[in-house]
Amino acid sequence: MANKLISEIGLPKSIANIFAARNIVTAKDALSLTEFQLMELLDVGWAEVTSAVAHISAIVCPPYQSALSLMEQRVKNEHLAGHLPTGLKGLDEALCGGIPFGVLTELVGPAGIGKTQFCLKLSLLASLPSSYGGLDGHVIYIDVESKFSSRRLIEIGAKSFPEIFLMKGMAKKMSGRILVWRPASLSEFTERLQQIKVSLHQNEVKLLVIDSMAALVSGFSRFGSIFKEIKSTISLALPIVFPKSLPLPSIANFTDWAHSRECEQGIPRQHPLGWHVSFIKSLAEFSRIPIVVTNQVRSQSSDEACQFSFQVQRWKETKEDHARYGSHLVAALGVHWAHAVTIRLVLEAKSGQRFLKVSKSPISAPLAFPFDITASGMSLLSDDGIELTGPDINAIHSQGHSDIINFTGESLQ
Amino acid sequence: MSQKEVVPLLMLLPFAGAQTAWDMLHEDEMFPRITTSCLDLDNILGGGINCKEVTEIGGVPGMGKTQLGIQLAVNVQIPVDYGGLGAKAIYIDTEGSFMVERVLQIAEACIEDMTECNGLLRKDFQAGQLKMHPNNILENIFYFRVCSYTEQIALTNYLDKFISEHKDVKVVIVDSVTFHFRQDFDDMALRTRLLSGIALKLMKLAKEHGLAVVLLNQVTTKYIEGSFQLTLALGDSWSHSCTNRVILYWNGNERYAYIDKSPSLRSASAPYSVTSKGIRNSASTCKRIRMM
Repeated sequence: MANKLISEIGLPKSIANIFAARNIVTAKDALSLTEFQLMELLDVGWAEVTSAVAHISAIVCPPYQSALSLMEQRVKNEHLAGHLPTGLKGLDEALCGGIPFGVLTELVGPAGIGKTQFCLKLSLLASLPSSYGGLDGHVIYIDVESKFSSRRLIEIGAKSFPEIFLMKGMAKKMSGRILVWRPASLSEFTERLQQIKVSLHQNEVKLLVIDSMAALVSGFSRFGSIFKEIKSTISLALPIVFPKSLPLPSIANFTDWAHSRECEQGIPRQHPLGWHVSFIKSLAEFSRIPIVVTNQVRSQSSDEACQFSFQVQRWKETKEDHARYGSHLVAALGVHWAHAVTIRLVLEAKSGQRFLKVSKSPISAPLAFPFDITASGMSLLSDDGIELTGPDINAIHSQGHSDIINFTGESLQ
Repeated sequence: MSQKEVVPLLMLLPFAGAQTAWDMLHEDEMFPRITTSCLDLDNILGGGINCKEVTEIGGVPGMGKTQLGIQLAVNVQIPVDYGGLGAKAIYIDTEGSFMVERVLQIAEACIEDMTECNGLLRKDFQAGQLKMHPNNILENIFYFRVCSYTEQIALTNYLDKFISEHKDVKVVIVDSVTFHFRQDFDDMALRTRLLSGIALKLMKLAKEHGLAVVLLNQVTTKYIEGSFQLTLALGDSWSHSCTNRVILYWNGNERYAYIDKSPSLRSASAPYSVTSKGIRNSASTCKRIRMM
């Protein structure tokens, strides 16, 4: 609507011509100027300017509906009033039915905790026929770090829904609905994203997964390709040869290191994904599909901002106090991203037990569910979540969690 | 009229539209405030969110800003008999955070509370049956979804006309005012101009129609006095634009609200909580009340 042409708005001819003569072509151009600036630029009186602006605003302004009609629309037109059930009973109840359509749901946690496993299961669920609780649709899986394993996908499918998967041709049909794409660069991702918007509806895409968002920022620095190579080498169990010229950190600390290297080189940390965040959100909303994004963790730096100025003045708390929640890990991508996601699910390990925490959600209490990764994907050990008080719901722990798991859920020491 | 009477009147002529401080005080008392459903929070706000003013509420993600916004959109509808305004709400969503399921939950809880109150206080008043249904509450929230800053400006301009046609709207909530102004703004001077334009129009709207404007804001980090601190987004010039500013923050294990800036309210903090029913008193306040 912002790009609506002034010529199409239906202003009186005389003023429409003046706008055109002064090169104010779209509504955005006109509304980005104050009434005074317009008066000066167009050389017309105050009354004319205000009436033109009011007219343009009325046309460009989005339509309204009552919250009731919004709800009725969703209940009528959408699967379970706009939710994708995850199959995890406790989580589905907490989220009023499942992963919500039209918004961003984020999964954040340390490496190897189960984010990709969760995404694989969701992809499967979205492709299943509706009689099995699925969305009967296609899935676009943007696999930034080459973690998608179709073998594992089929395994999860066969173990979770044996009735469907063991039927002839079903495994092929279901996995045929999941399109996996590995972008080679951030610009390629950006371009493809715009194309995706156009084709979502036509191709009956019912779920978009981006695994992982953080890697798009850090992974696509010039160190990213080396990192990817190392990862694939590990999976082949070949010995790794480190090039002498480049000091390489351990894999688990890579994102920290890439992050700190970026800061050193002066690459702006502020909203590196600003446009993408906005675009992906509008994509979710426009197409009314769930978009699931994974995020990584990084260590909290000692000068991390965590208080407002009035708090600093009042209590003069030392920075050490803020490590009192026992967590030194924070989600990557910063506070701007954290505001943009609607639902944040934190996956963490505490004393060797993994937990799924509903950290940010407008519709749920702050619940933590213990879980395990089994052959059939993620499963909750208890459907009654533990309600957490305080900011601990946002903390990310990684105690007693070893980074590498193999697909049967046993840890490799 | 004698000269003595006319001269004072003549002195007031150039100031058409102005009011004396006495009249303003009297008017203030006439305009009820919108409760937040949390006693402590209402107290530090002087009884609730003030109509005729712009209040900015900011905090880190997950603090409950949207929750508070939805609670106010519901509470403005509390009938006059129950101490409310019996009015309607406009909810401007720039981020897509408005989840209808949650609005329904909060609306149901509000009606439950009123019915309970009805039962406790009006045992002898037969005619006071509450006939509200949660769907009635949802019906009275006008929802606008804004997808760009141009739409946000257009809507701000259009609101005057809309509210003239829907005179029973008494609260306008913008969730969040920040979002579209944080992406890709190369020209910061333009951003500042546009934001101050919006702020002025909203203030005018609040004053002329006697309604409350509530702007939800995000946080960002700022380097002050040798350390990184949290601060509300949109910069320094924006922070001058709003009449009242409330910051939501974590204090230990509890959520607190702090009056950061207000021409009439004292700087104070109050605990609150977010429950399945919406915004309510914090657990520690509940204990205190039970013990009394």
